[in-house]
Amino acid sequence: MSDTQTFLLDGEEIPFAPGQTVIQAALAAGHYIPHLCYHPEFKPHGSCKVCTVKVGNRTAASCTLPAQAGLEVESASDEMNDLRRTLVQMLFAEGNHFCPSCEKSGNCALQALGYDLGVMTAGFRHLFPDRPVDASHPDLLLDFNRCILCELCVRASCEVDGKCVFALSGRGIDKHLIVNAPSGRLEDTDVALTDKAVQVCPVGVILKKRVGFAQPIGARRYDASPISAQALADAPRAPAGDGRCAACEEAEEK
Amino acid sequence: MTMNLETAAHPETLRRVAIEPVSRVEGHGKVTLLLDDDDRIHQVRLHIVEFRGFEKFIQGRPYWEVPVMVQRLCGICPVSHHLAASKALDQIVGAKNLTPTAEKLRRLMHYGQILQSHALHFFHLSSPDLLFGFDSDVARRNIVGVAQAYPEVAKQGVLLRKYGQEVIRLTAGKRVHGTGSVPGGVNKNLSREERDLLLADIYQIIAWSREAVALARKLYEQSPALYDDFGRFDAHSLSLIRADGALDLYHGGLRARRKDGSTVFDHVNYDHYWEHIFEEVKPWSYMKFPYLRELGPEDGWYRVGPLTRVTQCDFIPTPFADHERRDFLAYGGGSAAGATLGTHWARMIEMLHSAEAIKELLHDDDLLGDDLVVTGERQERGVGMIEAPRGTLIHHYRVDDDDVVARCNLIVSTTHNNQAMNESIRAVARKYLDGRKLTEGLLNHIEVAIRAFDPCLSCATHALGKMPLIVELVDAEGRQVDSLSSGSL
Ligand code: SF4
Ligand code: FES
Repeated sequence: MSDTQTFLLDGEEIPFAPGQTVIQAALAAGHYIPHLCYHPEFKPHGSCKVCTVKVGNRTAASCTLPAQAGLEVESASDEMNDLRRTLVQMLFAEGNHFCPSCEKSGNCALQALGYDLGVMTAGFRHLFPDRPVDASHPDLLLDFNRCILCELCVRASCEVDGKCVFALSGRGIDKHLIVNAPSGRLEDTDVALTDKAVQVCPVGVILKKRVGFAQPIGARRYDASPISAQALADAPRAPAGDGRCAACEEAEEK
Repeated sequence: MTMNLETAAHPETLRRVAIEPVSRVEGHGKVTLLLDDDDRIHQVRLHIVEFRGFEKFIQGRPYWEVPVMVQRLCGICPVSHHLAASKALDQIVGAKNLTPTAEKLRRLMHYGQILQSHALHFFHLSSPDLLFGFDSDVARRNIVGVAQAYPEVAKQGVLLRKYGQEVIRLTAGKRVHGTGSVPGGVNKNLSREERDLLLADIYQIIAWSREAVALARKLYEQSPALYDDFGRFDAHSLSLIRADGALDLYHGGLRARRKDGSTVFDHVNYDHYWEHIFEEVKPWSYMKFPYLRELGPEDGWYRVGPLTRVTQCDFIPTPFADHERRDFLAYGGGSAAGATLGTHWARMIEMLHSAEAIKELLHDDDLLGDDLVVTGERQERGVGMIEAPRGTLIHHYRVDDDDVVARCNLIVSTTHNNQAMNESIRAVARKYLDGRKLTEGLLNHIEVAIRAFDPCLSCATHALGKMPLIVELVDAEGRQVDSLSSGSL
């Protein structure tokens, strides 16, 4: 339609619907912008800053930046990707992420993003914080060592499950995941295996017990295709001009 | 006897000769030779920095993570730890009998590991010494030198190892840090294509393994006096053994024999190994000194590994390897079967056995099955034992009600062989140490003795001739009397 509004992403025209953020419009149009805390099913949160883009002389998180006609957005530049690599390195350094012995390896968004961005070095001296696991719940384990503070579980538990089991507490380097129980232990919350919050963690913090390495190497999510390709495949498509849904059409064709 | 020397009336009057490797990759080792007033070797102490830290590290971790996590222990035989831990965790999850598919895939993985580790040890680490002589030019005494002088031998060594690594990749998912073995079974079977890929080369691998046994034997036969005697000592012995007395590197009961071949115990269920094996702590070493309780702390130390396994099994359940075993035992009226350097020959017999066992497994359709995991009644304690390339390996865990590890105890092959290695070095030093002067020849010979055990310490890996040693002769007051550096410093 001629009155479709667009903005420029790395020199290409991206159509958008009113209310969409830059990342939503970009993904819907098949343009990947690296991200971690953004999830298509939840309200953008804007905390990890991996999705940072350049608009004019300023940088902004594209997951919270409203799309506007005429914006000129720079994303796939060396400068932005260098910045993203640094952010990923900081996340690795801040927690205890030992991929070879992590059961989430191959299914982990942080690891997949690191690979996809070509993070080849540690970059920072690792802090090796001491964070004991919470194994109190009979069916769930919390391994705080790997939390990237994306708040997806927080959002899912409140918005979808209606429970608010998880929250972040503290500031800066002391920020950490807590659970909503006077004892501070997961067994004393009303979390359930079927909760959305339990399924949404992009890394290896909220884990179903006794699953471990049941899924072999080669059959894991990011063994098949990189996170950038999967983000595009998973992105909700913008309604096409005639009101039909592009993603639905694709599904029908299959 | 060595133990009595530790209680020497005036140990402070003993001078110390310290040999310290500079490159410390997998931990590090140092040899101290204690001399008496007459400059004779009184005692040997091989110091190894071990992985005690790991037992602490794994505490508080969920149990299902352990078989993958333990592979961080050792860069040389991670698969052995992977499997020993899995066996212990089988008990934790109450998996009394694995499915045939799971058991056979784990065995396949294990034989792949034995094959690649033994090939690495013999061809890359030891063949340069054995082919060129212990005192030959260090610039040549490495796998590159072997490749120039004996290209066919070097090629076979490389390809044997590669095949073993392929077996590991296809069963564990990756060459290193695989995840194939899980508590109660395995997480993948072998596809028909993967099976056929391995089948295509296995007959060549068996043929090369037979040549490797012949080569190990030939080297022995060329200098029988040297090989019979070098670093020789008598030791009690310990290994796993199959119920029918066959060599079984994956599972069995415990068999221990005295120096004279008489039985200490046999077919003992390892679930309560501590009733038979006790770990003693000594003030001068981080390493523990295990001994057989039946024989006591003074005399109860023992030897594990290829030499022990091949000599104390009743038979090897694959035909070529069993034939070689009988030849090995008969050689020189049994002289090779008790010789430190006979270990290389025994090691190659085990490599041949592994190749044959892989062939048998590859013809078994159970490998393609889908029944991968069993569980039963959850237990608090689990013990897993396996015969790793270097010898008996013990993993022992206690897991609390929350599914996290409360306690862990490991006894690795190098620890079992602790005192045995000291004995071997002592025999070498007695013969080759001349007065108060350290010679490069002595260092080379000590290296050769240590390496026969294939211990997991950096000074034994000797990759590409990079094994610089600093040698110090230190008197009782800590003053350096003599020093010598060898290798490429
Ligand atoms: S637990 Fe997982 S989902 Fe929740 S904040 Fe941490 S990383 Fe995000
Ligand atoms: S994805 Fe935008 S800030 Fe995290």
